[in-house]
Amino acid sequence: MAEEKKEKKPKIPKIPRQPMPEQDPHERARNFNEVTCGFTGELSDNEALRCIQCKKPLCIDGCPVSINIPAFIKKVAEGDILGAAKVIKESNLLPAICGRVCPQEDQCEMLCVVGKKDKPVAIGRLERYVADYEAVHGKFEMPEMSPKTGKKVAIVGSGPAGLACAGDLIKWGHTVTIFEALHKAGGVLVYGIPEFRLPKAIVERELDYLKKIGVEFRLDHVIGRIRTVDELMQKDGYNVVFLANGAGLPQFMNIPGENLNGVYSANEFLTRSNLMKAYKFPEYDTPIKRFKNVAVIGGGNTAMDAVRTALRLGADNAYIIYRRSMAEMPARKEEIEHAGHEGVKFIMLTAPVRVIGNEKGWVTGLECIKMQLGEPDDSGRRRPVPIKESEFVVNLDAIIVAIGTNANPLVAQTTPGLDLNKWGYIVVDDEKTCRTSKKGIFAGGDIVTGAATVILAMGAGRSAAKYIDEYLKTL
Amino acid sequence: MNEIVEKKVWWQDAPAIKEFEVKAPWIAEKHQAGQFVVLKVSENGERIPLTVSDKDVKKGTINILFQEVGATTMTLGRLSKGDKILDLTGPLGKPTHIEKFGTVVCIGGGIGVAPVHPIAQAFKAAGNKVISILGARTKGILIYEERMRKTSDEVRITTDDGSYGRHGFVTDELKAMIESGMKIDLVVTIGPAIMMKMVCKVTEPYKIHTYASLNTIMLDGTGMCGACRVTVGGKTKFVCVDGPEFDGHQVNFDEMMARLRQYLDEEKLAREICQKNTCGVR
Repeated sequence: MAEEKKEKKPKIPKIPRQPMPEQDPHERARNFNEVTCGFTGELSDNEALRCIQCKKPLCIDGCPVSINIPAFIKKVAEGDILGAAKVIKESNLLPAICGRVCPQEDQCEMLCVVGKKDKPVAIGRLERYVADYEAVHGKFEMPEMSPKTGKKVAIVGSGPAGLACAGDLIKWGHTVTIFEALHKAGGVLVYGIPEFRLPKAIVERELDYLKKIGVEFRLDHVIGRIRTVDELMQKDGYNVVFLANGAGLPQFMNIPGENLNGVYSANEFLTRSNLMKAYKFPEYDTPIKRFKNVAVIGGGNTAMDAVRTALRLGADNAYIIYRRSMAEMPARKEEIEHAGHEGVKFIMLTAPVRVIGNEKGWVTGLECIKMQLGEPDDSGRRRPVPIKESEFVVNLDAIIVAIGTNANPLVAQTTPGLDLNKWGYIVVDDEKTCRTSKKGIFAGGDIVTGAATVILAMGAGRSAAKYIDEYLKTL
Repeated sequence: MNEIVEKKVWWQDAPAIKEFEVKAPWIAEKHQAGQFVVLKVSENGERIPLTVSDKDVKKGTINILFQEVGATTMTLGRLSKGDKILDLTGPLGKPTHIEKFGTVVCIGGGIGVAPVHPIAQAFKAAGNKVISILGARTKGILIYEERMRKTSDEVRITTDDGSYGRHGFVTDELKAMIESGMKIDLVVTIGPAIMMKMVCKVTEPYKIHTYASLNTIMLDGTGMCGACRVTVGGKTKFVCVDGPEFDGHQVNFDEMMARLRQYLDEEKLAREICQKNTCGVR
């Protein structure tokens, strides 16, 4: 205690927060290359020196997987980047991904002590720098593996929750098989998040690592169809099934004209572009239309990804239509800013009423109504209320619906005894243990929480791994 | 897995009709009548749905039959016995609701006869009298006649050019059957969208319950994207997870047909590229 009292007030660093080099907005709005270029060695050296190495670091509390942030930044400051990578990998298997897509401003960086007087240390950018450096300069090292336990775990879904869970369980000596419905592993990291925000080569690298340490991937396996959860346990001898199949069912708006040609779910539009590489059609076989006037309905990260994809496919006008105002948009600030710089136009306080089409069944416009903000709703955000007789039409040839997703019912429907909540998400006894109502079956990620973030799903996966390991020891 | 153990060419001229027997023991074991698979032929390929037309659980194989109408089916057709299909996912979709209805008329048009086959088998096994109507443009491209004869109490054939069976469409035969006073308890129809629409038009006034198995554009086939959505009874449904079979009288076929035409230009371009070189197959 005495020591703490002596601790001086944090010294405000002289070095300003280092800027992230980016592609020029006009240029990048027409290509699929990554928007941000990553720190250079010099930028990362400078940034690392901004960390004051708090004795009681708060940043760690803000990290869903509790990375020892000051320790890794210290290594960066000392020039030991590979050492820094080791520190991160103790807690986070996918740093190159998290360094890019985590909402650090709401997590570690929000609590950063430096941030109280100045801008916080750019923890995410440093994490990315370290991970990218390691990818180039590091050598594959087999992590410390426990002796084989002979216990088998089936993981349903190869998104962030499934991958994080697999990474721990395999190290603890269990046999791990991931069942993936699509032809490529990675879940939302490959079908949802665009190349310009998360290059797929990076995801591939992280998947390779898991394969090298012994995780088996069975692609093209839709659990609920080719095998039920019960069959995995009874027939195939898995001791535990971890359900990490995500919230994949797209919501539509339930307004007239929604099935006209040119109306897409964000999932479809992004899956075509990202997973199927339709932006490279006809080099790739899956087609995508290059629309000129596109509106995306919604204000989340998925909406930003969709609208920026539309822009890169050649749209002259790419709009975000959102029923509340800029301040309420759930997307990351950085994404909204990037979209704005690239030329996305924001139509705020506006809700769609009806899709207008031509005689051939194609979209020609969207009738909208102006909204104003009323009293706060359950989410604490002010509820948008329509303004009477304020209807207007936006001329469009495509509309992309990004208003959220629901639980995919395939696993739930075929697993008797699995408790669900009223939205169809799987009920767990608490989000730490990830235990479902059915013995030996655990669940985590979006299929429990509803659509959330990559890092929260990873956190759930790691937490589940701990309790799965405990459970396996009792068998 | 996914190895082609048998290849049969039903029709050589473009667009050719081919059938593969594919090693897929897990799918064969779980597949039920009415379900489909999604496949992808090459690294750069697209995902397309195909209905399983037959299977052999002991051998662990399923059969898929296709017509080479697009880049993907053309690429698929270039595979030979012993080759592997890169990606094969299934069984997908809901199985056909099978029970004893009485007399079930199974109508397959063109290559739609193939997916009707397991459904006819299942209805027959459930104790129904199965009458099948098989329609083709001309006698030479009629497929699965023998198999359908094995599984049906009666088979009736129509050809557009009159080269075999009744000169006309499947709907002509169906109408004649209904008008002759035959008691029909259920009609199942698979084929081109326009044919299914016309079949439903024939049965609707007589209130004969009609299943139509829809063949919409799909991407993942697991309920993730909604590309396959159709309006059924005024509500949006996903063919991949809510179907592929629906009450044909409730389906908005016009909307479905417009949606099927979404990528005509792109499909044409891809087909042309494919005809020029060996698209996809590396």
